[in-house]
Amino acid sequence: MVTFGHFVLPLLLLGGAITVEVQRPRGVPLSKRQFYEEDKPFTCLDGSRTVAFDRVNDDYCDCPDGSDEPGTAACPNGNFHCTNAGFRPAFIPSSRVNDGICDCCDTTDEYNSGADCQNTCREMGRKEKEELQKLAEIAEEGFLLKKQLIQEAKHGLEEKKTKLEEFQKNKKDLEANVETLRTVKETAEQPEREAKERHLKAWEEQKAAIRLEKDRARMVEVLVELDDDADGFVSVAELQSHSELDPDSDGSFTEAEAQGLLRGMDKVDAVVFETVWNNIKEKYVSESNADIPPPGETPPEETPDIVSENDSENYPDEDIPEEEEDDDDEDDDEDDDMDDGDYKAPPTTRTDEKKKDDDDEGPMPPYDQETQALIDAAQKARDEFNEAEKALREVEDQIRNLEKEISFDFGPSSEFAYLYSQCYELTTSEYVYRLCPFNKVSQKPKFGGSETSLGTWGKWAGPEDNIHSVMKYENGMGCWQGPSRSTTVKLTCGKETVVTSTSEPSRCEYLMEFTSPAICQEPARFDSGHPDHEEL
Amino acid sequence: MLAGMGPVLLVWLAVCLGGTWAVDKGNFKTCEQSAFCKRQRAIKPGESPYRALLETMELTNTRLTLQLINDNNKVRLLLELYRLQGNITRVKINELKPLKPRYEVPDVLIREPPTEPLSLLSQDENGVVLSLGPESQRVIVSARPFRLDIVEGRDVLMSLNSRGLLGFEHLRMRKDTQADPETDNKEGADPANQDENTKEEEEKVEDGMWEETFKSHTDSKPNGPSAVSLDFSLPGVEHVYGIPEHADTLKLKTTDSGDPYRLYNLDVFQYELYNPMALYGAVPVMLAHNAQRTTGIFWLNAAETWVDISSNTAGKTVFGKMLDYVQGSSETPQTDVRWISESGIIDVFLMLGPTPREVFSQYASLTGTQAFPPLASLGYHQCRWNYNDQEDVRSVDAGFDEHDIPYDFIWLDIEHTDGKRYFTWDPHKFASPKEMLQGLMDKKRKMVAIVDPHIKIDTNYKIHNEISSRGFYVKNKDGGDYEGWCWPGSAGYPDFTRPDMRAWWASQFAYDQYEGAMENLYTWNDMNEPSVFNGPEVTMHKDALHGAWEHRDVHNLYGIYVHMATAQGLIERSGGVERPFVLTRAFFAGSQRYGAVWTGDNAAEWDHLKISIPMCLSLSLVGISFCGADVGGFFKSPSTELLVRWYQTGAYQPFFRAHAHLDTPRREPWLFGPENTALIREAVRQRYTFLPYWYQLFYLAYHTGEPVMRPLWVEYPQDPATFALDDEFLLGRDLLVHPVTEEGARGVTAYLPGKDEVWFDIHTFQKHNGGQNLYIPVTMSSIPVFQRGGSIIPRKLRVRRSSACMEDDPYTLYVALNNQRTAEGELYIDDGHTFNYEKKEFIHRRFSFSNNVLSSVNLEPGAQFTTKSWVERIIILGASNPSTITLRTADGVNQLEFDFDASMSVLTIRKPGMNAGADWSVSLQ
Repeated sequence: MVTFGHFVLPLLLLGGAITVEVQRPRGVPLSKRQFYEEDKPFTCLDGSRTVAFDRVNDDYCDCPDGSDEPGTAACPNGNFHCTNAGFRPAFIPSSRVNDGICDCCDTTDEYNSGADCQNTCREMGRKEKEELQKLAEIAEEGFLLKKQLIQEAKHGLEEKKTKLEEFQKNKKDLEANVETLRTVKETAEQPEREAKERHLKAWEEQKAAIRLEKDRARMVEVLVELDDDADGFVSVAELQSHSELDPDSDGSFTEAEAQGLLRGMDKVDAVVFETVWNNIKEKYVSESNADIPPPGETPPEETPDIVSENDSENYPDEDIPEEEEDDDDEDDDEDDDMDDGDYKAPPTTRTDEKKKDDDDEGPMPPYDQETQALIDAAQKARDEFNEAEKALREVEDQIRNLEKEISFDFGPSSEFAYLYSQCYELTTSEYVYRLCPFNKVSQKPKFGGSETSLGTWGKWAGPEDNIHSVMKYENGMGCWQGPSRSTTVKLTCGKETVVTSTSEPSRCEYLMEFTSPAICQEPARFDSGHPDHEEL
Repeated sequence: MLAGMGPVLLVWLAVCLGGTWAVDKGNFKTCEQSAFCKRQRAIKPGESPYRALLETMELTNTRLTLQLINDNNKVRLLLELYRLQGNITRVKINELKPLKPRYEVPDVLIREPPTEPLSLLSQDENGVVLSLGPESQRVIVSARPFRLDIVEGRDVLMSLNSRGLLGFEHLRMRKDTQADPETDNKEGADPANQDENTKEEEEKVEDGMWEETFKSHTDSKPNGPSAVSLDFSLPGVEHVYGIPEHADTLKLKTTDSGDPYRLYNLDVFQYELYNPMALYGAVPVMLAHNAQRTTGIFWLNAAETWVDISSNTAGKTVFGKMLDYVQGSSETPQTDVRWISESGIIDVFLMLGPTPREVFSQYASLTGTQAFPPLASLGYHQCRWNYNDQEDVRSVDAGFDEHDIPYDFIWLDIEHTDGKRYFTWDPHKFASPKEMLQGLMDKKRKMVAIVDPHIKIDTNYKIHNEISSRGFYVKNKDGGDYEGWCWPGSAGYPDFTRPDMRAWWASQFAYDQYEGAMENLYTWNDMNEPSVFNGPEVTMHKDALHGAWEHRDVHNLYGIYVHMATAQGLIERSGGVERPFVLTRAFFAGSQRYGAVWTGDNAAEWDHLKISIPMCLSLSLVGISFCGADVGGFFKSPSTELLVRWYQTGAYQPFFRAHAHLDTPRREPWLFGPENTALIREAVRQRYTFLPYWYQLFYLAYHTGEPVMRPLWVEYPQDPATFALDDEFLLGRDLLVHPVTEEGARGVTAYLPGKDEVWFDIHTFQKHNGGQNLYIPVTMSSIPVFQRGGSIIPRKLRVRRSSACMEDDPYTLYVALNNQRTAEGELYIDDGHTFNYEKKEFIHRRFSFSNNVLSSVNLEPGAQFTTKSWVERIIILGASNPSTITLRTADGVNQLEFDFDASMSVLTIRKPGMNAGADWSVSLQ
């Protein structure tokens, strides 16, 4: 049978002050003392039953709410109150009373377990006080910094607004400038175009003349070649010797067919041959070339195949277990190299031929001075226009960025604005973590390897009453068979803006601790006493 | 996290992980793809070519030997027949003169089984009849063809080779010409010619006899064909059980239309349910049951084994002349079983019951009983791949306290090591393991760290260097150290079949060897099939060498040897004082002696929750009581409802551990909102209140071999309604559990067995009659559990943060009265963690209630132990209202206060206060 005394003996605590414990059953907080009156029947705090007072703390659970056993482990749902003089009082579950583990710093929970507990309340109180003091100091300094930040942000915002206005004004000027220059450009381009067309037309005509000359020269050559008997005429028979000229290409070049080509005549002289030549020149094969196959196009290197091989190596990411990251990245690099190779591939044969064709007629002669002057003028106008347009675009970008920044939620007083476009790093044993607030979070292996995105700015995600205490970064690099990486950034008050820790509590869900003065709250007046100590 | 795994593993992962969630069946052999299974299965029932040569019979006091001859090839076999103590018959068949010795499984039997005399009853030219003892049991050996029948009275209990499927591939010199493939081709091209050439003693060379290729792996088979096979007919039997491990129903199915059940320890990635594929462990023991009798067949062979089951259609072979008097009515149901193993010998133990309990004790007499676990290991285990670092461990531990959920063990998976080098700690994440372990110890909690058997090949790794220099690694077929890919990349596999290797391994657990270990650190053996990522079927090549033996011969033993050596290590580190706790994934017959098993890498699916019941029941039937499934499911992420239901189910299964894959979101019990936290807390707390009962059941399992978790038919063997039930189960005799395993369930229908029984809902104390299907409406908080009328269950209702914190706590006795107003129960108490119970340092009480007197008597007068625990409350269910209650102890007599709830007939006796180890009686007047 296990029974215990119901009362804590009045204790004299040493160490300066003399504290008197108020008599009440073990485990009962002062606030509930009035419900436990000695020698009066005890009514369970839920009112469910009334038992004799000696049932209180008799190590048997009588009340469904556990209130008859505040000082024992008898009730499954009971609570034990530790006074913890020198520190903070606390409730612990009844199941921790006499379980051999010291839970209350005043050791009162282990009164019958044989556990060797030391009273650590004063030590803990001191530590907590120090801690609180430190935190208060940090909060105080942090809050000062925060005020500064708010001020800066305010100035920054005003500056930005001013700048924005400037930019907007600037933009208008630039727009006007662009329009002016556009007119100038278009005005300059009209004569340029005309002059260039003239020049080109002249060149085309010149080319046609050259071609005609060449054709006639060849015709004469052919005529001589065909005129086997050198009588100045091309006969049916002579023509028949060139089987490639067979009009229906059926393998037999008949007399009639040959005659047909010769306009029904048996033979033609040089003058008539000129009309015959137009019909046969496409097919005609010079006798000196007859045995050599016509210069066909050798098929270009089978680049498409190589390309497709590259493609097949570049398998989709989702097939690769993400553990392979490093290797994967290497593959990517290789692919990039190959792509580069493709860009640098020599021009195809076709281009070569074209060049050769052009060479036949020679290069286009340079523009004459007048045309060149027009072109130069137009080019200048174009350049100026482009320059102006570029300037306008830049200003528009700046306006967009400014507008975005101005409209961003940087906290109730824009105190987080200073984090914008900053980055903070933390190096662990394996990785360098990088937090760029309102932008992205990433991780890079310390000893080489590529960066992995742990998420891009998502939203403020703190609890409703303190939404700016947590940042959420989402849609980072995908995880194998899982979601894409994301990072939760918890902000705590600190004098400095630092990433203090990172962890991955769940696969691909990262947690970052980040201190910043911007989250510091105005410190409550710190009192050096123990205002929350109810035992005094 | 897995960076550093080599390319082969990555390919393996890509292949295995890339696709769907189902197992890739193509990675594992079918019978058709396993040459010996295909060859043996091609033999159809018919007249056996084997003949018993009765003239060679020798009968000594303890055994009968007899030669068998195969009339086709004239190869002679030696049959040995033993009568073993406890109604077991052992039949061994080996080659009379094998070319070289064939493997006989060592270390599985706890001793050479003691024999009983056999006596000859009659003999003629057709056979002999031997008496198997007093029970009018006889064994009939028929000569032509050879068969064995075990009969009792007029009943045939079991027949061997009655379908003529005895197959014994004798060892032979290689006749096919590896060196000259042309000859081979010629032979193949002219089968007629080959037939002529084939002499009686020469068998046809078939594909796969001397070499076999599966996927990219070639098995060199230098010893050629060596399979053994035998059929067993079980007249009158319609229900067979056992041969774990398969993800299938409790009642085994016939295999005529598909593959046989396969026993070959394999690391099966994302296994599929309801099929006969092999899994991580193998226990070649089958139980056969009908309303009259339970028997068992233990096929002691560690090679790859396939088991075919058919029913009634087969088995109509001609019965011998001497069996003519036995009715061969076609109405009699019959189950036929055929065992096929790749090598070794036939060594089979016929356990003849006749009751389920006797079969358990017969099997226990051969392979031993469940290791008696430390009490704490029956508590709740919190595991995850992986707790990231010490801070993570600390905060999870604190989470349990914050949410007031008890737990005993927190587990560390492979990431805790320094680069998958077991016995080491990651220098950054687990820089001060002793500090961490001390933190747990301060809360009377414990830790398990994983130690797998594959060893990273790394000359800077002490364990590797020592194994390597001692020549302890398994060798490849060419004699070099066998290398495979596993978690660490290239790894060696210690040869655990060697006693010197096991002794060395055990020594590595000593505190001065295993740096960072403390007495509250225990061990988990995973991947011990063995798992070889780049090996055939994700395991070791069969032609790898363990000394003189091929891996083929010993494969299914690798896991048990790892488990054995590890458990031994934990025992030795404490100087033999402390009980070990080791969890294993691979197992074999006898693994129960070394610790706990779990059902491997399951998935967060409702069907996986359901299958956990038959999977653990099948293991329980073959001696392995300490079984559990990963709560929540390993792969994938469970819905909150599934997770809660899994906790509720796991709380009533022997090994209660939550576990989760690396890639799943966190799922500690408090992450699903206060309501679900409360549901999980309640389930875990129920577990802790029943710890005294669990502990007593494990003591019983250790003591007698009776399973902790039982199919209903074990206790109601004559009730056919129970024979196939596997959605509910019994714990011991007295708790019936029907967990909710259906999504969105509004109710469950539980079968309450026993026409004369009554069952009490443990939550409401409502009484129900047995022999009925009871519909129970359920909510999310419901765990339908019933206490049998007639039982007394001791519980501890003061649930604390770990089992050790509850050591001295008082008991509440739940006395559930049956229709005769009697009840019985037991209480076992010891120190909870040492082997001192072997020195009789324990309390074992029997409680009984009859004639309105509840009394506690000592069951072990020779035992001595003292406890601080007392009896704080007695709750009598189905009671009537007494006027007075009197307690009598050695200290005297006093009246007790009580409370009677007339609506539920529940009598609560307040604070009797006697010590739990004392003699006492409480009388109701």
